[in-house]
Amino acid sequence: MGEPLIPMTTFAATVHRRRVVDDAVWIYASSSAAVLRLDAVADAVLGAFRDGPKTVDAALAAAAAAPGAAGIPSADLATTLRELVGLGLVRPLGESAPPAPTVPPMPYPLTTLVVNVTNACNLSCTYCYEYGEDRLADRERTDGTARRSTMTVETARESVDFLFANSEGRPEITVTFFGGETLLNWTVIEAAVAHAEARAKAEGRKVNFSLTTNATLLTDAIIDFLVDHTFGINISIDGAAEDHDRHRKFKSGEGSYELILPKIRRLLEKNRARRGRPIGARVTLTRGTKDVRGLFRHLTEDLGFDEVGLAPVTAAKDRDWAFEPSDYHLLVDAFGALADDYVDAASAGRHHGFSNLSDLLRELHTGTNKAHPCGAGLGLLGVSTEGDLGLCHRFVESGEHEIGSISEGIDSEKRAAFLDAGHISKRIDCHGCFARPVCSGGCYHEAYVRTGDASAPNLHACDWIRAWTDIGLSSYARIMAKNPAWFDRHEVST
Amino acid sequence: MSHIVPVNRKARLIAKLVLDAPDTARAMSLPDPPFGCTTIFAPGWEADSSGGTSNLCTPIERDLYDCYHSCYWPAQVPDALTNFPKWANACGAPVKDWTSTDLVFP
Repeated sequence: MGEPLIPMTTFAATVHRRRVVDDAVWIYASSSAAVLRLDAVADAVLGAFRDGPKTVDAALAAAAAAPGAAGIPSADLATTLRELVGLGLVRPLGESAPPAPTVPPMPYPLTTLVVNVTNACNLSCTYCYEYGEDRLADRERTDGTARRSTMTVETARESVDFLFANSEGRPEITVTFFGGETLLNWTVIEAAVAHAEARAKAEGRKVNFSLTTNATLLTDAIIDFLVDHTFGINISIDGAAEDHDRHRKFKSGEGSYELILPKIRRLLEKNRARRGRPIGARVTLTRGTKDVRGLFRHLTEDLGFDEVGLAPVTAAKDRDWAFEPSDYHLLVDAFGALADDYVDAASAGRHHGFSNLSDLLRELHTGTNKAHPCGAGLGLLGVSTEGDLGLCHRFVESGEHEIGSISEGIDSEKRAAFLDAGHISKRIDCHGCFARPVCSGGCYHEAYVRTGDASAPNLHACDWIRAWTDIGLSSYARIMAKNPAWFDRHEVST
Repeated sequence: MSHIVPVNRKARLIAKLVLDAPDTARAMSLPDPPFGCTTIFAPGWEADSSGGTSNLCTPIERDLYDCYHSCYWPAQVPDALTNFPKWANACGAPVKDWTSTDLVFP
């Protein structure tokens, strides 16, 4: 078990996070994303390296002097140290790190294509990156002519064909419809779904659909179609009327809450009756959002959403709705309060719809260790109304981030260059951070909006990400202590 | 592991792979390998497996000279190729007179 330790070698602790939760010591090892629980003895041995590197003998002497290891035979301490070395929490000083993950071999088969069926929207949300001041998309082609703002049925079918052709070996793939407001181009969605289902049947594969909508154009016929085809549905809604209407307005300046409320209720009702996929509310948090817990309860308890995902707004730093590092305590308090509710529910075996935390807990439980922050350019691409490919839906029609087209295929050179630049090994700022396995530098689009460089790490958000990861670790520890069986569903799903 | 509980899937995986695996073939797989030398295949240990020098295949003094002569551990001796070509001239038989090699001050 483990290797014998060389007494004169100097060892140091690797990057990790130590959290004491209900008197137990939990360790998140950032080199591997392993989560461990230490008793007082192991904590004393690891703690011996807290003030710097030590030789084995010095570390064991320091551990023996710690109250937690009082009376423990030195052989036992040495064994524990060897185990910590084996787990990668302690390493010989100066020994080169294990080889880092590399960019996977190309061509990497796609899992998801985000299809921008329209750039048009019937709302004029003030914070929108598609329409507001932070828009990246070029509305004109390089020759100065205007781009099509809606996708044709033909381009939608070709997009589906492109996904099938570029997802070799994947038994299950996903078409995500995005906009603009997706329902403005409903006929194209219907046509794409019919085409994709026919192809999936012919090839013996499974195709899933999802869509994001502002719900203003939902009709009974559309609701039936979405539920019939088991769409994963995300509704953009920012809470009750006061919060929602602050930014989500029609061009007239009038809020949209009143209009969407009955439509959302009908959708949720029908989906529940047919036991469809969980429907999520997608909330954009701005500096003006005050009561996040109240907002969450309104969406889940009053309206009946299955899941609520909260996203701090993406914006350049001088926007008055943007969060600044000095505001992050507001987010930490709000997310922390929701996490407390989540832990209570999970400990009692009940579902809680705070999907941000569900996602984080799944990653922590699995031990996800990301080489890239997301699947953009890897398993996921975005396609514009005219069939141009972008890293993701947020980058389509932004000239410099285009990586080919559905007719000409993926520009593999640009794709590889982007993935290489965005690889965690290139994000030196992240290497000392305990939250690196789950964050990996953060959203490319947000980095681009903030810094002008899509491959830069989002250093403005580090305090927030670390606080959020801490909330996740504490929640994980508390649920694991009270109801470990609750994680079995993650074991099955991964 | 009596003091550490691997909790998440990754931790359990690592614990299984790393800690429970039998010691696989390694160049330095002796229970208490001599330290500080190159590989187990080369003669010239500073210490034998008991920590002494009596079981070495070549005397310890020879080890120093091997570092110089056959260059497999060049950092330990002066660079005789370019800067100190005469460093070992006074030492004709290293087992006998290795102490006559001089100090150098680069």
